[in-house]
Parts: sequence; C-alpha cells; structure tokens
Amino acid sequence: MRFNKKFALLAGVAVLSMGGAASAQDAVGACLITKTDTNPFFAKMKEGAVAAAEENGIELSTYAGKIDGDVETQVAAIETCMASGAKGILITPSDSRALAPAIEQARNAGALVIALDTPFEPADTADATFATDNFKAGELIGQWAAATLGDAAADAKIAFLDLNPSQVSVDYLRDQGFMQGFGIDIKEPTRIGDEDDARIVGHDVTDGNEDGGRTAMENLLQQNPEINVVYTINEPAAAGAYEALKAMGKDSQATIVSIDGGCPGVQNVKDGVIGATSMQFPLLMASEGIKAIKAFADSGEKPANSEGLDFFNTGVTLVTDKPVDGIESITSEEALTQCWG
Amino acid sequence: MTETEQPPRTRQDFENTLDQSDKRVASFESKHSGFMDRAQHFLHGNPTMVPVIVLMISLLIFGVIANNFFSAFNLSLIMQQVSIIGMLAAAQSLVIITAGIDLSVAAIMVLCSVVAGKLAVELGVPSIIALPMSFILGAACGWLNGFLITRIKLPPFITTLGTWNVFYALILYFSGAQSIRGADIDANAPFLKFFGNSIPIGGAQITYGSILMVLIFVVLWFMLNKTAWGRHVYAVGDDKDAAELAGIQTNKVLLSVYVLAGLICAIAGWASIGRVGSISPQSFYEGNLNSITAVVIGGISLFGGRGSIMGALFGALIVGVFQSGLRLAGVDVLWQVFATGWLIILAVAIDQWIRKVSA
Repeated sequence: MRFNKKFALLAGVAVLSMGGAASAQDAVGACLITKTDTNPFFAKMKEGAVAAAEENGIELSTYAGKIDGDVETQVAAIETCMASGAKGILITPSDSRALAPAIEQARNAGALVIALDTPFEPADTADATFATDNFKAGELIGQWAAATLGDAAADAKIAFLDLNPSQVSVDYLRDQGFMQGFGIDIKEPTRIGDEDDARIVGHDVTDGNEDGGRTAMENLLQQNPEINVVYTINEPAAAGAYEALKAMGKDSQATIVSIDGGCPGVQNVKDGVIGATSMQFPLLMASEGIKAIKAFADSGEKPANSEGLDFFNTGVTLVTDKPVDGIESITSEEALTQCWG
Repeated sequence: MTETEQPPRTRQDFENTLDQSDKRVASFESKHSGFMDRAQHFLHGNPTMVPVIVLMISLLIFGVIANNFFSAFNLSLIMQQVSIIGMLAAAQSLVIITAGIDLSVAAIMVLCSVVAGKLAVELGVPSIIALPMSFILGAACGWLNGFLITRIKLPPFITTLGTWNVFYALILYFSGAQSIRGADIDANAPFLKFFGNSIPIGGAQITYGSILMVLIFVVLWFMLNKTAWGRHVYAVGDDKDAAELAGIQTNKVLLSVYVLAGLICAIAGWASIGRVGSISPQSFYEGNLNSITAVVIGGISLFGGRGSIMGALFGALIVGVFQSGLRLAGVDVLWQVFATGWLIILAVAIDQWIRKVSA
C-alpha cells in the first residue's frame, strides 16, 4: 500500500536521526535547553554555545520550548539529555520553580546543571547560574528615567509592561529593579503589584512580544492617558508600546525604557523609539557555560559565583543616546557592534 | 329557479354526543409552556441571539462598573483589539461549520505576514506584488490542510496540529526569529501597514482593520446563507454522508472551505502588520485557541452544521469586552483569563441545552 510505504519512510528517517544522536557517546556531551527558538536572544546564546563547544571538543545538543512558559517540553528535554549521557546541561528555565524536580534528578545522575539568563528559585537548584543581573538591569533604566525627568520624576505617571501573569524571576527582578532605580518603595521584592506609590498607573502583561506590548499599552492609556514613563520587560514589547502611543498621538509625551540589547531594540534607541535600554550578553553566558562544563568534565571543578551575588554575573550595560551624569552608558552606535540577533 | 323549502333537519343522536368530544386538530403534544421552554425554542431558531444577549448584558455591566468604558474611543479600541482574532475566528468558523477544526490558522497568518514582510521590506519587491504572493501562500497552506483531510483522510484535528508545527517552523526559518521593525516597514513598504490607518469619528478611532473584519464577516455570511455553496457547507457539516447521498461533492466543498480559510488568514496577516506595527514571528502564538474561543462563545456548534458565522464576530467582541472591562475595573490579568474560561464553558453548556430542544 502506498500509504504504508510513506509511513515506513518516515519511520526510517526517525531511526536515522536517533542514530545520529547516539553516536555522540564518546566525546563529552552537553545540552543547551532554551525557552524558545523564536527569541533572537536564545539564537545568540545557541551561537555562543555552538562555537564554544567546537572549540572545547564538546558534543552539543540543543533543545527549546515552544513558547516562554512551556515547562513540559523542557522537562522532556532534560530527560532526553540525561538518557543520552550528557555531562552538563545549560538551561534557561521557562519556570523558575516548576523544573526543580527534573533538575534534581539530572544532578543526582551526575550532571553539572547551569542556569543561563533566568535563575532558579532557590538559585541553588542548579550548580550555578550564569546570568545578567536583571535587578541591576532594571535599576539602570530606572535611574536613567528618573534623572532624565529631573524634577518631573516626583509626579511621573508610570506604566509597567510586564511579561505574563506567572511572575517569573526575570519578570519581577527587572520590574522591581526599575522601581528601585526610579525611587519607588518596592515592598516585597519578589512581588509585582504590592506597591502603593501613586505614580504607578498600572501593570499589564505583554508575553514579551509586539502584539502584547501594543494591547497592554492601549489598556493602560485607557486607565490614565497622562502616562509619561513606560517600563517594558523587553524591546519587542517596547516596540508595541510605541505603536500604541503613536496611534494615540502620544509618542512625544512618554519615555520608553527597556531591557535586552537586541539589534532591533538598539536600532530603536537610535531612532528615538526607546529612550534607554539595558544590554545583556547572551553569547557570553553560553560560552562561559560550555567552558564550565568542560572544566567539570576534566577535573570535577564547579564554577563559582561573582562576589556578593548568588550567580555568575555576565554583565549589563546601559545603552542610550541621551546620557545623564553619574550613570555610565554607551551610545546606540557603539551598542550596534555588540548587540545580539 | 325555485327554492324548495326543506324540512328542518333533525339532529341525530351521535351528533349530539360528538359535540361534547375534542374538536382539536391532530397535533404534537406540547410541553412548551414555561418561560424557559419558550426561550429554549426561540434560541434554537435564532442561535446568534445568545452571544448578542451576552454582549449587550456585559456592555451594560461594564458600563456601570468600569471607568471610561463606555467612551466611543474605548469601544472603537475594543474593535481594534479583537480585529485580528476576529478575522481568524471567521476562518475558523467556516471550518468548524463543516465539523472540522483548524489549529493552524494563526500560524498561516503569521507565516504570510512574515513572507510578505521579507519580500517587501527586505528584498524590495513592491507591496502590490508581495501581498498577493502572501495570499497565494495562505491559500496554498489551506489547500494542504484540505488535501490531507479529504484525500489522505486524516482527521482535521491531527492534520492541522501537524501543519501548525510545520508552518511555525517555516515562520522561524523565514524570519530568522527576528522581528521586522516598524521603522523599516515605514521606510520601505508603508502599504503593508495600510490597515493600521484609521478614520476618526467623534472620539472613536475606527481602523481600516476593524472595518475589514466586519466586511469579511458580512461577505462570508452572504456566501453561507445565500449561495448554493454555503448551503452545501452547512449540509456537509451536519451530515457528510447524507450530503454525499444528496449529490453534493463533499470533498470539493471541504477543500474549498480550507483554501478559503487559508486565504482569509493571509488577509488577516496583512491586517496584523497594521495592527501590531511591526512583523513579529512571536506574536499571536495562541491565536488559534483564541479564535476557537471566539467561535465557541459565538454559539457555533463544534459538532458542525449549526450556528451563524455572525456569532463568531459577537464571540470575539465578548472576549474583547470582558478583557477591556475587567482591566478598566482594575481586575488582575489572571482573573481575565479566569473569566474567559468560564465564558467558554457557559457557551458550550448553553449550546448543549439548546440542542436538546429537538429531542
């Protein structure tokens, strides 16, 4: 039967591809598990990991969830990874708490687990965390926004465009970091929305994309049309927020700040769409992570944290074309040479 | 002519008895006396009335409890916010009326917008050529779904679950997982953002995208209700075998439905560029489920063959009204999700209740 032949062909392809993975047994194996394939941030991370793996003679497999928050796919990836006998796992957890049992199993089986970008909760769920100091990243744009507004900061109207309702660590760290930098009492630092500062117009979620950013901005403008400071979780959300402001003729009234350092985002800083953004370095996270797995495979040595932090800080830099005194920053022109994506 | 006088006719005995008997004509036994029964019958005859009533009630409630809700601007904003999901819901309705389901609608839409953007913005193809090419792509995606379902005889759910992933991978491939920025679209192919333009009427901002959504629904309503093709679509959805016996070429009808749905998705892709302002491979990931939500809340039966396409428009608006209203009333996002969930369950429960009328 024709149909069966097709099916057999498919099965054959599947067997072949599994055979390909199995041949990795000899070299030191490592896995990179990212939240999604869609975000260029993770593409850059993958690029860094692939290059470093080649350099250090490590056999790298990569996996990704379908969408930010997709825990099941990541758990399956961890399991597949352990089944293939990998020595180390680099993972950007889609959920900072839910993956703990799977991670524990992997560590019990003798693998080195390093969280990239997003820390686990508690952070020692993994052997180490290589990340941007997200709180610091938020703090920088908060300080910049307050300094740029000057005296007007005292009665600013601020919109917060967050990630999603589950309040993962990267979400609250950036959000609360911004508040701290701007001079808002953050109360519980792991909780978005418990603040009572009158300058906060409201919080809405964006899923970190343009469509969500636009809708969220429209909603908050409906609550208060006077918004003049917009914090955004990342640059795609910022681009969406700008479209909403522009459609309502308010693009000159509000300053948008963001975090990431993706090339389209940096370009948007250059074009004046985004006032300032905090740039992070995904390539570094992954390449340092691969080196750490190599060191662990050779000597059993585990990576150490940066001083005073519970993770290894891969750095963050403020990007703006309107620098303010006392806050170190680089211009969008310089940033374009370092941006990712 | 002479009129002969007839003696008065004497009644016969049996006639006297007959007078006392039941004079009603033969009829079905009627149990429909209460208000609920009559409501059930009314809704069975007018399935679109359920979402219309829900929409009216929710508008009233939010008008009272939420600030700024009833402004012309906010109402036009809701239209704008639901326009893309609304168009997907129109495509989804067509498929669901045939008792199928299409999980790939949003992926087709994003794929078409990415390809149109790639061609027009990055490769410099004129928009008036790039857009029709994206429409052809959308129709081709729909055709693939239809082909697998009608020729290879795969169930629609599995087929479109598969093609959803296939199209999604193509989106990543063509876009390189990168958004195309609004400023680049403005500079190279501003026509792609055509549906983002708006007409100010009073305080309202009616975008071309909102108008397009309504237009798509009106055209589809006409096609479904006033053409032979439309009646065939309903017939296939109601009972495919019976339709086949009645001489309808059911596979051709089904194939045409999937192709048309793909084409509508491609048009929605164009409209989404105007709405979002940039072309983002990450947007509308849950658009397929949101479109099904709108269709279900709109009272279109998932079992096929029943429900008016206008219901999906009202369904999309209800979701938009709830989200806007709850937000303006200061309710946390997670309760918006909560409310949408109950709306779906309520809608299906009402649908089941109405279906019992004929039993």
